[in-house]
Amino acid sequence: MYTSTKISIRDLNVSAGKTQILKNINIDIPKNKITVIMGPSGCGKTTLLKCLNRLTDLYPELRVNGQIMIDDNNILEAKEDIYKLRQQMGLLSQRPYPLPMTIYNNIAYALKLRGIRNRRETHKLVMHYLQQANLWDEIRTRLREPASRLSIGQQQRLCLARGLAVNPEIILADEPTSALDPISSQFIEETFVRLKHDYTIVLVTHVLRQARRIADNVVFMYLGDVIEQGSVEEVFGNPKMEKTKLYLGGTFN
Amino acid sequence: MTRSQKIEEKFFKLLMILATYFILAILAIIIYSIFEKGIKSISWEMLTQVPHGGYYYGKGGGILNAILGSLALAFGATLLAFIIGMPVALYLNVFLIRHKKVIAIIRFLLDLVWGIPSIVYGAFGFSLMIFFGLQTSLLAGILTVTLFILPIMIRSMDEILCTVPIGLQEAAYSLGSNKSEIAFKIFTRQSFSGIITAVLLSFGRGIGDAAAVLFTAGYTDHLPNGLLEPVATLPLSIFFQLSSPVPEVQNRAYASALVLTLIILIVSLFSRGVGKRYHKTKINF
Amino acid sequence: MYLLNRTQRHTVNSTWMIISLLLVALLPFLLFIGLYLKSVLLLHDYSVIDLIFSKTWRPSAGQFGFYPFIIGSIWVTLVAMLITAPVCLLTAIYVTQYTKKYFLRIMHPAIDILAGIPSVVYGLWGILVIVPFISRYLGPWMGIKTMGYSILAAAFVLSIMIIPFVLNILIEIFRAIPVELKEATLSLGATQWQTIKHVLVKKALPGIIAAFGFGLARAFGETMAVLMVVGNVVRLPKSVFDPGYTLPALIANNYGEMLSIPRYDAALMFAALLLLAVSLFFNLVMHFFIVRYNKY
Repeated sequence: MYTSTKISIRDLNVSAGKTQILKNINIDIPKNKITVIMGPSGCGKTTLLKCLNRLTDLYPELRVNGQIMIDDNNILEAKEDIYKLRQQMGLLSQRPYPLPMTIYNNIAYALKLRGIRNRRETHKLVMHYLQQANLWDEIRTRLREPASRLSIGQQQRLCLARGLAVNPEIILADEPTSALDPISSQFIEETFVRLKHDYTIVLVTHVLRQARRIADNVVFMYLGDVIEQGSVEEVFGNPKMEKTKLYLGGTFN
Repeated sequence: MTRSQKIEEKFFKLLMILATYFILAILAIIIYSIFEKGIKSISWEMLTQVPHGGYYYGKGGGILNAILGSLALAFGATLLAFIIGMPVALYLNVFLIRHKKVIAIIRFLLDLVWGIPSIVYGAFGFSLMIFFGLQTSLLAGILTVTLFILPIMIRSMDEILCTVPIGLQEAAYSLGSNKSEIAFKIFTRQSFSGIITAVLLSFGRGIGDAAAVLFTAGYTDHLPNGLLEPVATLPLSIFFQLSSPVPEVQNRAYASALVLTLIILIVSLFSRGVGKRYHKTKINF
Repeated sequence: MYLLNRTQRHTVNSTWMIISLLLVALLPFLLFIGLYLKSVLLLHDYSVIDLIFSKTWRPSAGQFGFYPFIIGSIWVTLVAMLITAPVCLLTAIYVTQYTKKYFLRIMHPAIDILAGIPSVVYGLWGILVIVPFISRYLGPWMGIKTMGYSILAAAFVLSIMIIPFVLNILIEIFRAIPVELKEATLSLGATQWQTIKHVLVKKALPGIIAAFGFGLARAFGETMAVLMVVGNVVRLPKSVFDPGYTLPALIANNYGEMLSIPRYDAALMFAALLLLAVSLFFNLVMHFFIVRYNKY
């Protein structure tokens, strides 16, 4: 089946002082698929993700070189509209970080940043995104409570809904289930599989089974290098590189 | 980003920069005006002699009585506060380690006591003095200042001690040490630089405070000679000289203020130096 | 080598620790009881309400009205907070969100030095710089005749004195906010200023309020610096350019005469008791405010 490429990373190098965090990364991320980036901790997965929505700007010590093309647009060169650019992507981090507001306003704030101020529409969209994130039924009566009172699993889904509310084309998720219980994790996974028809999803994980369950495409990284990439069948079924075999075999984690 | 948003951000950023440099500028102005005024009137005579007759009308003499008095008072109070405070800080972090509630209550009480104004300690010290039939004296001053710097001493030591990792304690227990050995041998060594910093901080507070000693230490033109005699202190000598209508005496107040500020700056520099130096012997985890 | 064996030393050490601990834990209560016993002579003859709300202060005639002092203290403290609060908040945000790390390394010693300068030196600086500035420039410029020794002078000096205290707490609070919260907000497309305004300040709000509360309590009890520039006139101030008198200044100024007039000493001890009560009250409220907030 033919798919177009959504994000293409070319010759990406990231360094902090003398340490090279990412070395010559070349990755193609197809549209409307789930691409899983996996590898042992410290391999640069999270940094790669932060490059994608320019959160690297927050760390003045990081030097970023190369190209990241999203729909033929090199985002590393974009100077002015990082804000618009970041709205093309929803971010889900390792632990949920709800904004210090009510549940309702967590979503409404994202909508406001998108430019939606009409109350009726806001109302409708808050409900829509909470449904998309599989959360609406649990919390429909608690919308005016502070978001911090939700359970961790619910908070993570709230963060997902908030990420969707900026109307992104891409979802970036950095080990989104690592702090969650199995049931909440399953919720998130199911949501991802459902969402991939409308979004391009980039998921960082070190849970191999999770990668196997939901990935379409897999990128395996080790110490700042991309070792192997390809479809999930290829990489899991018939790994070409020695390191990939060892990793999949559980030799190092 | 719309235009108005940009202007808003620029405006607030400007305010922030102004506020930050306001603080730095004020500090510079304070240091400058104290030095500028003080250096003009400071002299060798001021540092080495006690007030002669008619000193407060402009005749000769110096403030050696106040310099030595302040040092004696602050030294005594710091020592006493250390003897009482150090065990408390250790007790909190070694003996009570399993009683989080008790620790929380004691820390809370300490914070409460830390917040009490020094003039209240002064008034309390005064009533204590009357109660025990003491005169205004070095001893009464030391006792009052001890109470005043005690919470500062304990809380700053506590901040350091509570960072000693539990693993180090476990290792010491497994060697057969008992609790007080762990407290006085392991914790004190691991936190040495922090403890020195806490002591110097308390010393600086003790030497600079006037309100606590106003009632209790008294004032004298003689050098300190005994725990039960009144003693002069630098902050009070600044205060008294400044209240004089004679310009020469006021100038001496500026010089005295310079001396006091210098002592405190040196103590604070010293504590930073010690902090850096002994950081190396500390085991890092 | 040692006088005592291991077990004996352990016993001595532990006992000493417990005695010290008891002393410290009982200190606030001892202070309260001591001052109360000393002021009970006054409380015997006058009601607390009368003492606090009556305006006449004539110790020699047996009239002890604390109202002017309390009002003076409140004026000075509130005006000081009006200066300290915005300056500290803006600075804390600037140094934690906008500047590189080395800037904090410059700021920290500066804050330490400000915190270390003794009260008397602040007072002297106030007399040297602030009082003349108000009487020669600010007053005439605003068309007000003033001596310079005023509520405003005291409040300004006081505000500088509590800046290091409040600023340190605020910097800690802003640094404790996880960077991921900032990242989450930025990734929604918010600008840095929107992130600060809508999320970080909101997250830090209870801490900010507590920092201001602690600062307020500290300012209320400050003695020497205020005493030196506030003017020490027993009168209800009508504007910030009027001189005033504060509770701590009252105690410090009159300790010399207090034993010569009947009940004067009790009155001053009552003033100290009031200060203690205000300090304990504010610190208690702020403490429980923080504890309560932290649960959510």
